[in-house]
Amino acid sequence: MRPSWWLRLFAALGFVVLLAPGALVALISISAGDFLTFPPPGFSLRWYRALLSNGTLMSALGTSALLAAIVSVLALLLGGPAAYAIARLEFPGRGMLEAMLSAPLLLPTLVLGLGLLLVLQPLGLAATWPGLVLGHCLVAIPFAVRIMTTAFATVPKELEAAAWTLGATPLQAALRITLPNAAPGAVAAAVLTFLVSFDETVISLFLVGPRLTTLPVEMFRYAERTTDPLIAALAMSLIVFAVLMVALVERLLGLTRAMGK
Amino acid sequence: MTGWLLAAPALAVLAVAFLWPMAGLFRISLNRTTETGAMEAALTTESYAKLLGDSFTAELAWNTLLLAGSSAAVATVLALPVALMVRAASPRWRGLLALLGIAPLLVSATARLVGWMAILGDQGLINAMLMGSGLRDTPLPLINNWTGVRIGLVESLMPYAVLVLIAGLGRLDPRLEEAAATLGAGRARTFLRVTLPLAAPALLAAWLLTLVLGLSSFITPRLMGGGRVFVMATEIYDLALEYVDWPGAAALAMLLLGALVLLMLLRAVTTRGAGRRA
Repeated sequence: MRPSWWLRLFAALGFVVLLAPGALVALISISAGDFLTFPPPGFSLRWYRALLSNGTLMSALGTSALLAAIVSVLALLLGGPAAYAIARLEFPGRGMLEAMLSAPLLLPTLVLGLGLLLVLQPLGLAATWPGLVLGHCLVAIPFAVRIMTTAFATVPKELEAAAWTLGATPLQAALRITLPNAAPGAVAAAVLTFLVSFDETVISLFLVGPRLTTLPVEMFRYAERTTDPLIAALAMSLIVFAVLMVALVERLLGLTRAMGK
Repeated sequence: MTGWLLAAPALAVLAVAFLWPMAGLFRISLNRTTETGAMEAALTTESYAKLLGDSFTAELAWNTLLLAGSSAAVATVLALPVALMVRAASPRWRGLLALLGIAPLLVSATARLVGWMAILGDQGLINAMLMGSGLRDTPLPLINNWTGVRIGLVESLMPYAVLVLIAGLGRLDPRLEEAAATLGAGRARTFLRVTLPLAAPALLAAWLLTLVLGLSSFITPRLMGGGRVFVMATEIYDLALEYVDWPGAAALAMLLLGALVLLMLLRAVTTRGAGRRA
């Protein structure tokens, strides 16, 4: 059935709610004014320049980028074999393993972050690189496992079976046949895991300190204190970055498939 | 066995990053906070008793439930036409519409809330329109209060509702609606008597998921509430980091966790029912 005009109207309303904040961020980020004023008194790139010369935010950006790179590599290395097992092997307790590996995603990050602070602080590991990496791995590994499971599952089993028939050992077949074929999925997983870590705010809020802090945390604190177009320029930069990353994933794998069901 | 062996590294890291902190959280909730505010090792339920005996906790819990329940309901209702539109769209458009429907998931929450500030603030889009058209002389307070928090939360929960509804509606046979139309039912009647009843389990699943997510939301109440909106999540954060009352924060977190686990069990039961029917 063709969608009725009523459905179109209400769906449009829903899309407006979903997309309006992004549109306003884009508009305000090029405002020449001093506040989040609508309509902007004029247009300029002054807040993007101010953003680039903000030392706190730029050094937090460096920390976040490095942290996200470390975390996505670790999550793939640790989660990849687990995902292969879930997607390809038959063994007792496979369903339980899958549930265990996705359990952290069920709990609120606020509670996870508090728990991490409470056990890491007494050991002097709060506000350190190992502490932050551990905290981010907690959400990144389950995420990587989920995407990699989908990626491995999309490679036909027959290819591996053919390799066995031709004399390859199971390990050789997995490394030489399945892994290369799952490579686009692995890249997608790396990109999305990078984004998960790069945007992680709540767990980080508990684990940062004055000398080691991440971009989302500094952005959150900035937005708590002041609201000027600088924060919109930062928000817009992050949105553009996320859109580029997602476009990359969409090309490689198809996003809806990558997110899994 | 090979399966568990391959998963061992991931499981080991999660044990350290997940089980240990959760055990620590429970253990510390049984410690004592002394008069001076210092933490003392103990095995007592004092922190729980203090929270449960305080009328502020009851108010927090009620406010949190009200906020999450209403925002989840509005998010689910707004997500339904979006999901129906994705379902009705031609294959060419379906992917793009679905992507737009879940797009906010991929953008940091703070970035989206900055957009809402520009829409709802005293000098924002809506107040500019209201005052420009002469409908109001003073700005309508849409931010730094419950209204702002509710609007921000609706938007951040909607993509999850869209995901659940797209999955749920995808299992419905469109021929049922076509049959209703063939038998003479109008569009409104078809929607109310066929589509809506069939979509009910998916709607319930979407509401329960967004409710669970809304109950523990922290960034939205904090930023849109401007420090004037208190929910369980903001209180846990303040207890832990502002007042450094770890047993209190841990006990409140355990109470929140208990409520969430109950709701997730309920969700597991209802969504299993939905799966069987489809």
